[in-house]
This record gives sequence, C-alpha cells and structure tokens, in this order.
Amino acid sequence: MATLKELVKRPEVLTGGHRLCAGCGASIAVRQVLLGTEHPVVVGCSTGCVEVATTIYPYTAWKSSFIHNAFENVAATISGVETAYRALKKKGKIKKEIKFIAFGGDGGTYDIGLQSLSGALERGHNMVYVCYDNEAYMNTGIQRSGATPCGASTTTQPAGKVKPGKEQFRKDLTSIVAAHHIPYTAQAGIFHWKDLVNKAEKAFKVDGPAFLNILAPCHRGWRYPMEKTLEIAKLAIDTGFWPLFEVENGVWKINIRPKQRKPIIEWIKSQGRYKHLLKEENKHIVERIQKEIDDYWKYLEGMCKATQPE
Amino acid sequence: MKDKLALTGNEAVAHAMRQINPDVLAAYPITPQTEIVMAFSRFVADGVVDTEMVPVESEHSAMSACVGASASGVRTMTATCSQGLALMWEIVYIASSLRLPIVMPVVNRALSAPINIHCDHSDSMGARDSGWIQIYCENGQEAYESTILAVRIAEEEKILLPVMVCLDGFITSHAVERIQLLEDKVVKDWVSERKTKYSLLDVENPLTYGPLHLQDYYFESKRQEAEAMRNAYSAIPKVVDKFEKLTGKRYDYLEEYKMDGAELAVLCLSSTYGTAKTAVDRLRAKGVKAGMVKLRFFRPFPAKEVVNALSKAKAVAILDRSDTFSNQGGPVFNEIRSAFYEKKDKPFIINHIYGLGGRDINVEDIEKVYTDLEEILKQKKVETLVNYLGVRE
Repeated sequence: MATLKELVKRPEVLTGGHRLCAGCGASIAVRQVLLGTEHPVVVGCSTGCVEVATTIYPYTAWKSSFIHNAFENVAATISGVETAYRALKKKGKIKKEIKFIAFGGDGGTYDIGLQSLSGALERGHNMVYVCYDNEAYMNTGIQRSGATPCGASTTTQPAGKVKPGKEQFRKDLTSIVAAHHIPYTAQAGIFHWKDLVNKAEKAFKVDGPAFLNILAPCHRGWRYPMEKTLEIAKLAIDTGFWPLFEVENGVWKINIRPKQRKPIIEWIKSQGRYKHLLKEENKHIVERIQKEIDDYWKYLEGMCKATQPE
Repeated sequence: MKDKLALTGNEAVAHAMRQINPDVLAAYPITPQTEIVMAFSRFVADGVVDTEMVPVESEHSAMSACVGASASGVRTMTATCSQGLALMWEIVYIASSLRLPIVMPVVNRALSAPINIHCDHSDSMGARDSGWIQIYCENGQEAYESTILAVRIAEEEKILLPVMVCLDGFITSHAVERIQLLEDKVVKDWVSERKTKYSLLDVENPLTYGPLHLQDYYFESKRQEAEAMRNAYSAIPKVVDKFEKLTGKRYDYLEEYKMDGAELAVLCLSSTYGTAKTAVDRLRAKGVKAGMVKLRFFRPFPAKEVVNALSKAKAVAILDRSDTFSNQGGPVFNEIRSAFYEKKDKPFIINHIYGLGGRDINVEDIEKVYTDLEEILKQKKVETLVNYLGVRE
C-alpha cells in the first residue's frame, strides 16, 4: 500500500466546496476510497446525502465523470456504464484503464437498492460498490433503515412513552454480499484510514465486483458534537460495534481485533440517539445489544476459522 | 433485397436488432416480449452480433443499466411490455429527461389487475407523457422497419430522445408473416455509429449526468425537454424522407385509407387498421362513404396532420385500446378532440374503447362503429360520447 506521504499527493476526485455537513463521516469515507486507485474513475451515486450535496446544478464537486440516476439503482446504472466500457474496449475504441465506483447510502443499499445490488454482483461486473452506512435515511431527516442499530431513536421509530426506538437488530448486509461469493467484500471504518485505503486498493484491483461497507458517522442523526466524528468512528471499532473484516476470495479475516472490547454502554453513552437506553427500565435492551455484539464476534471468528485455507 | 422470410413479429424485431447490432442490450424477459430477448440472445451466443448483453434481474434494472450505458455514449437497446414497463416507469422518465436515445420495442400487453397477457395499449399509453417518442406498428413488417427507423430518429442531434416501438402483443408479436428484410449492410450503413459529445467514458472531459436541479433550474431543464419534442415533430419527416430513399416505404405520422370523399371516418392504431380496412372495403361496396386513418406516431402528437385528415369527414370515431378512467374516454380520443378545438366546422367526434386484455376485434365490430356514426349524422347529435365496443355490459 502507498505511504501517507504518497497518498496526500494524489489528486482529489471529490473537491472541497461540496455541501455536506461539517463533520460528515460520508465525505471522509468517499475521499479515502478514492485514494485507492490512480486510474481515472467514473462515479455513480444513488440518491442520498452525497449525491444531493455534491451536484447541485450548475455546480459539481466531482472532478471525475459522475452519474446519478435514482435512489435504488446505482448498482444497475454503473453496471450499464461498465458494460458500455467493455463493449468499446472489445472493439478497440477505448484503450484507457478506467475504474467504476458506485456510492450508495445505507437506505439505497440495505433497503431499496438491495435487489439492484444483488443482481449486479451476481452478473459479475467489474465495479466497486461502496455503502457509506450512516445507519438511517439521513438526507431526508433521520428515518429508520435496515441498517439502523437496535435501540436507536429515529424519526420513524422514535423513542416514546412505550417504544424504545428501533426494536430490531440491523441486517448483516456485509454477510449477505459475501454470500454472493464475489472476489472481495470488506467492512471498514473512517478512523482506521490505513485499513480503509488498503481495502479500497484491493477492491479496485480485483477482477469482478468488490464491495465495501463503511461506517460513516452522522452527527446530525446520531446526536453527538460534530467535532467528534473520528472519535465516534474509533469507538465503534473499540467496542466491537463495527468489526473490521474482509472476505477475500472466500477467506474471512478480522483485520483489527480490539485487545479487550470496551463495553457497548460506552458507545451508547456517546450518542443522543441512545439516550433513553440509559434509563433503568431499558437496561435489558443494553444487555440484549451487548449479547448481540458478542454473538456476532463469535460468528465472525467461526467464519474466519472455517474458511482458513488448509 | 433478400427473399422474404416467414417470421413472427417478435423475430422480425429481433432481426432488426441484429442488423442494428447495438453496443449494449439490457433486458428482462416478459410475455409476450420474451421471444425478442430469446432470439437476440441466440445471436449473441452465436457471435452473430457483438453486443454486450446485460441479463438484468428486473425491468427496473434493465432501464437503469440502459441509462448508464447510453450515458456512456454507446448505442443501447432494451425491450419490454406491460408490468415490465410499469416496473421501469421511474427510470423511463429519467431516460428521456437525460436525453438518452435508447430504442425500446414495447410488445403491447394489458396491465394488471386482473392479470392478463394479451394485447391492449394500457402499458405504453400510460407512458405517453414520459417524454419518449412513440411509434405504433400495424404488423411485423412495420415493427421491423420502425425499429431500424427509430435509431436514427432517437439519435438525431436536434431530437436526442428515446423511442418506444409499439407492436400488438400476440396479434403482431406471435403471428407469422412474410417479412422483407433489408440487406444487413444497408441497415449497418443507415445506423452507422452513434456519435455523441456527452460520454461518461470521455474521462479527459468529465461530465456530470443527473445533478440536482432546484427551483432555479429544474423548469428550464423541462422546458428544453418540451423543445426537444417540438424539434422531433419537425425533424422526424426529414428522417422519414431519408428512410424512404432506402426502403421505398413512407413512415408518415399517419396513413389514410379511402378518405377521399369519406363522410364517416374511423381512426385507430396498430394491428386493428388491417381489420378496419376490410370493413371499409365492405362498406364502400354497399355505397357507404367510409374511410379510415391510422395514427402511427402518438408522440410527438401530429395534431395538424390528424385534424387535416379527419376534417374531410362529417362524423369520426376514435378507437382506443386503453382507457383513462377519467369518464372522458381514451387517451387518443382526448388528444384528438383537443386538437380540434380551434377548428370551425368540425366533424362529430366520438370514442370507442375496445379490445382490452386481448378481446378480439372483428370486421363486424368495426362495421358497427360506422353504423353508430351514420346514426349520429342522421340525428345530428351525439348520444353517447364514450362507447365500449365488444364488451358484455
């Protein structure tokens, strides 16, 4: 992997001056991913925060070619672009190596765009799909998604007098994607930039589809001070809330293993979306969440063990 | 010219696509369009074409992939019908708004519910305001030629709009006709290569497709789209002239049959025109002054041509193979009635909705329409504006 010195010299594809919030985790994720290749890229983006805030006509924050089609179809859209590229390359009408990236939020990926993503993965397009997961529909005002964690309060599943916010656990999208047996699937976080850029490099290099699920803290939706985005991103890893792992050609590997996972209550205390969980009557929910995390780690360890090459 | 081949309408369309040899085809199978995708897939499998196929998991993804491919500057096609068109609806609008010249055969089939696989025009008529050009074909020969014609219309620089080539499900798509194919080279030269100034793959000159337009720009963007359809109205006849030089066939906005001296006229789209011509012949033999008009392009709507043609008659019936459920009749009727508003001395104009879900329309049904028109002329008034033809009530 390139050194930090080399990385900082790479030209920015997403320029400053876009209109994402100060302290937005998604723009950091996007920039780190784009450091993963030196080839020209064509970027596809589903409707969502990154799309609306980077391409308000007549301006664009993208130095690369960019296409936004709709909410649920960035995977299909970029698969069309990539197919056009192959058609032209086959005929010798284009020689240049170009990389194709799709960015979707968790709403556009876990929920409404899951079919489009699954189809594109199964067809084997040479593309990198990146989910910037901020755990709710943030662009439209913090509505619950399939990625929203258990216990979080959102505007469509708020904590109220009788309901403690979201009662279900989030969907394990990374495993769902891995089950397509594509060459490369990984989960990453923005605090661990080296791990993330390394994963992006691998994703761009493989022949076929690659998928990165990146936890992208959103201070508006998660209710923490905007300057704490990277601290929160780190806490997600330290508590085991967001394990950093990869599945490379079917082999599962945990990339960063906290020596001693911090208790999940530290994660819960750090964000306003969980504040109702601190009440005595909701203690059992915190315990449920802790158990779910511990179980997930057991599952991950099992997958790593089961897929180790002999 | 090659010999005529016995082909179904779908096979004829697939042959048109083979000769066009698009760079990318993204499609999903649906009855009665499936045969087009199957036949074309065979051409791909045998290396007859060098098209890259995207075998998508839904029509929504078919149109989404077409948008991505067409925005990358390559010639892009798909085909669908009915529920498939309904599923891709959201992206159908985006394709035209991004000014992407995609060509899509639509094998007209009824919309659910109740589920039905047979012909009516509810699917494409529902998409009449999506900004696509729409051509309605009478038979397999027309479907074949219209598909080839459509490529040049869509990609004409003054137009740059996608085109639906509509043929009647089963009636045209599955009936075997003797089809006269053009020479492969003739079609190859006619379509040549797509030229575009706006490709996502031109990475030295990056561009942004599909940015957010707010209150300050959205309206201008839509106004330009309206202008593109106006341009299409004036530019299509020029493409049609060139096509005539190639094929000897005229693909005018509409076609007339025995309209000279006609007092009673019926206008319809697609395969019904063939049946209707027989009815006109029978009536003429009996001394009834009957005539017939076939509307070929519904978008852009050729208002002037339609008014001119139908003004020759004193009473006119518009046949619609779909309903708008507005209590005001079918979509073709509404458009034509509106077009006549400025006209003095206009004929009586009534509507017959027929053939939904593949209900057969025969010569006697159409003769009945002329009987209705005769009665109106006799009474000098219209009793029932919107009639349902051939249904149990």
